[in-house]
Amino acid sequence: MSIAAVEPSEERFRIGMLLTDTRYRSYTIQIFALFLLMLIFAWLFSNVVENFARLGKTFSFSFMLDPSSYDINQILWYDYTSRSPHWMAALVGISNTLLVALLGCITATVLGVVAGVLRLSKNWVVAKLMTVYIEVIRNIPVLIQILIVAAVINEALPAPNAFRGADPEATAMLGGALVLTNRGFYLAAPIFEDGFVSVFVVFLAMVVGSIVFGRWAHKQQEQTGTILPTFWIRLGIIAIPTLIVFYVMGSPMSWDIPELKGFNFRGGMFARDSLIALWFALSLYTGAFIAENVRAGIQAVSHGQTEAAYALGLRPGRTMQMVILPQALRVIIPPLISQYLNLTKNSSLAIAVGYMDATGTLGGITLNQTGREMESILLLMLFYLIG
Amino acid sequence: MKKSILSIATGVAAILAAGAASAGTLEDVKAKGFLQCGVSTGVAGFAFTDANGEWDGFDVTICRAVAAAVFGDPKAVKFTPTTGKTRFTALASGEIDMLARNTTWTFSRDADLKFTFTGVNFYDGQGFIVPKALGVSSAKELDGATICIQTGTTTELNLADYFRSNNMKYDPVPIETNAEAQQKYLANACDAYTTDASGLAATRSTFEKPGDHLILPEIISKEPLGPLVRHGDDQWADINRWVLNVLIIAEEKGLTKANVDKMAMGSDDPEVNRILGKEGEYSAMIGLEKDWAVNVIKTAGNYGEIYEKYLGVDTDIGLARGLNALWTDGGILYSPPFR
Ligand SMILES: N[C@@H](CCC(=O)N[C@@H](CS)C(=O)NCC(=O)O)C(=O)O
Repeated sequence: MSIAAVEPSEERFRIGMLLTDTRYRSYTIQIFALFLLMLIFAWLFSNVVENFARLGKTFSFSFMLDPSSYDINQILWYDYTSRSPHWMAALVGISNTLLVALLGCITATVLGVVAGVLRLSKNWVVAKLMTVYIEVIRNIPVLIQILIVAAVINEALPAPNAFRGADPEATAMLGGALVLTNRGFYLAAPIFEDGFVSVFVVFLAMVVGSIVFGRWAHKQQEQTGTILPTFWIRLGIIAIPTLIVFYVMGSPMSWDIPELKGFNFRGGMFARDSLIALWFALSLYTGAFIAENVRAGIQAVSHGQTEAAYALGLRPGRTMQMVILPQALRVIIPPLISQYLNLTKNSSLAIAVGYMDATGTLGGITLNQTGREMESILLLMLFYLIG
Repeated sequence: MKKSILSIATGVAAILAAGAASAGTLEDVKAKGFLQCGVSTGVAGFAFTDANGEWDGFDVTICRAVAAAVFGDPKAVKFTPTTGKTRFTALASGEIDMLARNTTWTFSRDADLKFTFTGVNFYDGQGFIVPKALGVSSAKELDGATICIQTGTTTELNLADYFRSNNMKYDPVPIETNAEAQQKYLANACDAYTTDASGLAATRSTFEKPGDHLILPEIISKEPLGPLVRHGDDQWADINRWVLNVLIIAEEKGLTKANVDKMAMGSDDPEVNRILGKEGEYSAMIGLEKDWAVNVIKTAGNYGEIYEKYLGVDTDIGLARGLNALWTDGGILYSPPFR
């Protein structure tokens, strides 16, 4: 009898229980919060509408179809001119953002892994050097670093004019293949001629061959225990036939060497000062954060693993490469992704050095010349949200 | 950068947030006790800070003249330095009450951005500056050059049009402020710098060796520069317009900083009497004190005085009056009559 008396399911639902009963109270609070949030959004939205009306502004994206009327200095693959529409300018900017983000992520990762591993080095000097790099760089705002790198490039390197004349003040490096000017760096670019296709096909085939060999060597090692110098053999498998075909085909490749023509160098690959400043500074900065992630990841792997590896006779390098890092990766990768996102977002500081990224085109000149703040900023936010 | 993000953010925030001040700007300014005036971040002659950190210059004087008209005190101004990119958001969001910053009067700034230009205080055009060592004597020889340009300006658009119509190529280096552009240009990170010709002359005057630089003869656009206010407050626009007009008429009538007090006692010229508050109820029509124009001329001087002080041939900048002479002297400066 008394058992039935404490059975709560007997109780009927009363309105007051929305506040007193913990089972229902959380719903009450959530619904209330949601309602408040919706009110705030509705208020913001109605304000936008009202203020737009008051300013006599319309909300429309049709300006994106009008000619942009401005030029962009780095166009990766579009046929963009100042007569192209704003949406194309935005695409040019977006691809410039993606370019610097991609380059930055690669170099930051390399830098971060190296610095993170070396910070744990037994060598006192190396470890301290890395500590200094990480601590100094992480604590200086990245905008300042970008500006410093840009200023160094602009002020310390020679202008194209300095390469002119019979006895120039400055000379190109690597036999003319690399030119460092204060407007950017030029690197000789390969030109592929007829017949290069066969070289490339052989190269691909040999890459496949080397993978097959690698598998075979691995099996050998498991079965017999002999470790072959796979790296050199694989390199040979790829390089030797490729080189032979290359010469047989009559060296079907030449170099497009940068040359001073008119005001600037022409030819080769060009990375402008703003791209380099942004890329370098972002890599350095994000690299320092990644280094800390890497260090944390490595230290998260129990020391017993290292000792076990040593007991099996693995050398320290192999231990790191085959035992520690693979396990550390599980800890490293999630924050690494967030560092990549940080780098991409930080790349919007580009305009400080005149790099025409999405913020510089869509959120900069387009916004300014059309006066469509709301629309441009919304599109830009959408891009960074998706990107 | 920081600044531009901030002011875009405030612009967006102002659109988002509840109604901007809706009363007349004049009342708002009076209630605040000072005028908030947008100027450039720094162009010699036009807007600069002197040794005491006080703002001064050709454009700054326009702000001071408006303050003198409203408060009788040219010091009742606070200045907001704006870049080519931030100036319009600053004005639209109500952060500043007026803008006097080498700004070109264009159709879309008027009709689309919804600003009222209250006149032209400098008739200008876009030019190029190059180091003499470059060996270039005409803008037509700039094919393939790297050119520094301030973003968010009309000059950015003119440049694109000029090179396209002349079938030439160039490499634009977008820059936010005049100071940065100057630094890049002097470091030879660009071959040429282009902006309003007056701005070029002003910038050149601050170089260590101005003689080593040449302003090319081509003027590729019309750049009528003038002060502006937001659409929708005609009284405030009228005040700004007539402060500028009074400066111009003062030159026509020979009213100067030195003689205006004496002239205010009464003169033979009825127009002078009307301006200086001796005759008629003109000040009430515009909502200002009787002696507003006296205060304007007393602090600023007439247009000619301002011009000679900051930009004229006797200054480092050394610009002849040219188009900016009075219509009676072969220029196109012409104010509607004060009656
Ligand atoms: N008149 C043009 C260009 C104005 C402009 O940006 N001029 C430069 C050079 S005279 C300037 O005032 N710079 C000042 C600054 O950087 O703050 C416009 O209105 O778009």
